[in-house]
Amino acid sequence: MSFPWATQYEPQNGFTKWMDERLPLPRLVYNAVGAGYPVPRNLNYMWNFGVLAGFCLVLQIVTGVVLAMHYAADASVAFGKVEHIMRDVNWGWLMRYAHANGASFFFIVIYMHIFRGFYYSSYKAPREMIWLLGVVIYLLMMATGFMGYVLPWGQMSFWGAQVITGLFEAIPLIGGPLKTRLLGGFAPDDAALNRFFSLHYLLPFVIAGVVILHVWALHIPGSSNPTGVEVKQESDTVPFHPYYTAKDGFGLGVFMILFTIMVFFLPNMLGHPDNYIEANPLSTPALIVPEWYYWPFYAILRAFTVDFMFIPAKLLGVIAMFAAILIWFILPWLDKSPVRSAKYRPLYRKFFWILMVDLAVLFYCGGAPAEEPYVMMSQIATAYYFLHFLVILPIVSQIETPKQLPNSITDAVLGSEGKA
Amino acid sequence: MIRPLSILVGLGFSVAVLWAFGSGAYVAMTEGTGELSAEYAIHEKPHGPEGGFSFEGPLGKFDRAQLQRGFQVYKEVCAACHGLKFVAFRNLQEIGFNEAEVKAIAAATPVPGIDRNTGEATTRSGLPTDYFPSPYANDVAAAAANNNAIPPDLSLMTKARKDGSNYVYSLLKGYGEPGDPEVMAKYPEFETGAGLYFNKYFKNVNIAMAPPLTTDGQVTYAEGNPEPTIQQMSADVAAFLSWAAEPKMEERKKTGLWFLGFMIFVTILAYLSKKQVWAGLKTGRKD
Repeated sequence: MSFPWATQYEPQNGFTKWMDERLPLPRLVYNAVGAGYPVPRNLNYMWNFGVLAGFCLVLQIVTGVVLAMHYAADASVAFGKVEHIMRDVNWGWLMRYAHANGASFFFIVIYMHIFRGFYYSSYKAPREMIWLLGVVIYLLMMATGFMGYVLPWGQMSFWGAQVITGLFEAIPLIGGPLKTRLLGGFAPDDAALNRFFSLHYLLPFVIAGVVILHVWALHIPGSSNPTGVEVKQESDTVPFHPYYTAKDGFGLGVFMILFTIMVFFLPNMLGHPDNYIEANPLSTPALIVPEWYYWPFYAILRAFTVDFMFIPAKLLGVIAMFAAILIWFILPWLDKSPVRSAKYRPLYRKFFWILMVDLAVLFYCGGAPAEEPYVMMSQIATAYYFLHFLVILPIVSQIETPKQLPNSITDAVLGSEGKA
Repeated sequence: MIRPLSILVGLGFSVAVLWAFGSGAYVAMTEGTGELSAEYAIHEKPHGPEGGFSFEGPLGKFDRAQLQRGFQVYKEVCAACHGLKFVAFRNLQEIGFNEAEVKAIAAATPVPGIDRNTGEATTRSGLPTDYFPSPYANDVAAAAANNNAIPPDLSLMTKARKDGSNYVYSLLKGYGEPGDPEVMAKYPEFETGAGLYFNKYFKNVNIAMAPPLTTDGQVTYAEGNPEPTIQQMSADVAAFLSWAAEPKMEERKKTGLWFLGFMIFVTILAYLSKKQVWAGLKTGRKD
């Protein structure tokens, strides 16, 4: 599906004609990311992060496949194998640092992509399915990242696995046996390491599959845009190629510069020193923290310190942590404002920025020890987090008076000149 | 329907977490939040030698002579108790020893082997391909010989501690008498016990490792090297261990500079082509 004015693919020579009749792959690419896909002309740089996320996924798969060639998922050798990669494998240090920092950059990119969705309400009809698939991708990324962090079998790998799988213990009745079943034992060991490795290798390809669905669903209504006004006419759009291939190319360059600085000059900045100590079940680290990209949700987990209405605090924390992400699934039906872009929603825009501050507080508390004042800060921030999505958003969309929307994207871009 | 329900659920979550906040606040008001632990009061942040290490910063390189001195300190002092299991003798060529020197260093070190005739465990002289042997047969032996504290392997020590290179340097020269008696009196649980040594850079200020570098000149450096003061030896061995933890650092930085330059160049080209492609299109908003 596309707009009627989309350029049609014309095979240029005998070979492409032959291909087009048998397997129209060039046509598919042309319509997906070529001149055959008309895109709103007014996208800002926040729209670069989809392509960047795709790049990150490919980067992680390529470096990961190479790393897997030199790794062994055996608790007695895994830690040494990572050092073997760092010291003896040609360019092994580059592969490992690119993979470890690549995961962090993947999450930075995906968070920008999600926050773009919040700000411009990209999840609203007719794009709910794109949003739902995106949340699925994010959940798969969380699982993949967690299991990948266990593989080097350092202290944080081991104790992180212990804490995260321990969350399942909070489930009444079946929790204990479920945890043992997940780990293949009473504590993380060979069985857990092997199944985590297996799944860590599998899930990226599942993600790739869901990404295909995500992009497919995107091409039905076409991309959203900063005004939130739907495309109405040909002058509202430009072909993806060359306009957005060029713009994404520049965005990718900026991304690569930042990534290069991190990988080559600050490769361990986002890691934890304890993970350079081999896993030791007899020695618990003073502070167990997951990777930084889980910190906001880790803070929500730990904010529930007191039983409430006979529900144990731990169970509440686990439910809240998962609910914090799962509520994104119903976002399209909570926010009923007819206007998409926060640019034209003065009240919603304020709450959006409060949410950003709130997430920053949760992030900070998630990486800090479970002491005061961090616990109290995270409790206030957790309360706001749930109020924002479940209470404020539905109410704001009812009471807010949005600003006047432009008639069309062309009008928004060209102003009065366009009307003449 | 979904929105009234969501409002209820949202209020439920926030009431539950605010309940926890309230009880925490109540405890804080009635009993106080407690004082900072001793680690905040006594513990000190590590610092580097004067002028810093040569390998700091994006252009920093290892000082080969310093690494060799540091290796000497490791070999003559640390190796008595600490292994270096991820470093092979052949790797010493990377810090400036030639092949013959590496062979000699390896040969002078007994490593575990087997008797060719009986198959029994024995020791043989090391080869360049051998890794540094552990000073103890196993962890039990290591614990038994060290008052139950197993001396950790040093291969990754500078990466396994926050600000590791400075930490190793500070720790080695950080032994001394307990600090401010008033502060120490407040934390009786941090009194230095038998078989422990006060070191303000260690996480709980009492370390099981006896001061390894006790006198200036403990290790005799070859002609033309700086005086082997405790500070100098500490800095040298910290530098050596930084190399041992990250032997590819120089290659990494060199490749990084080249790659960064390339990426900046490519990004400038990408920016110019973006500008060119978009030149014909008006994008500026006037509303």
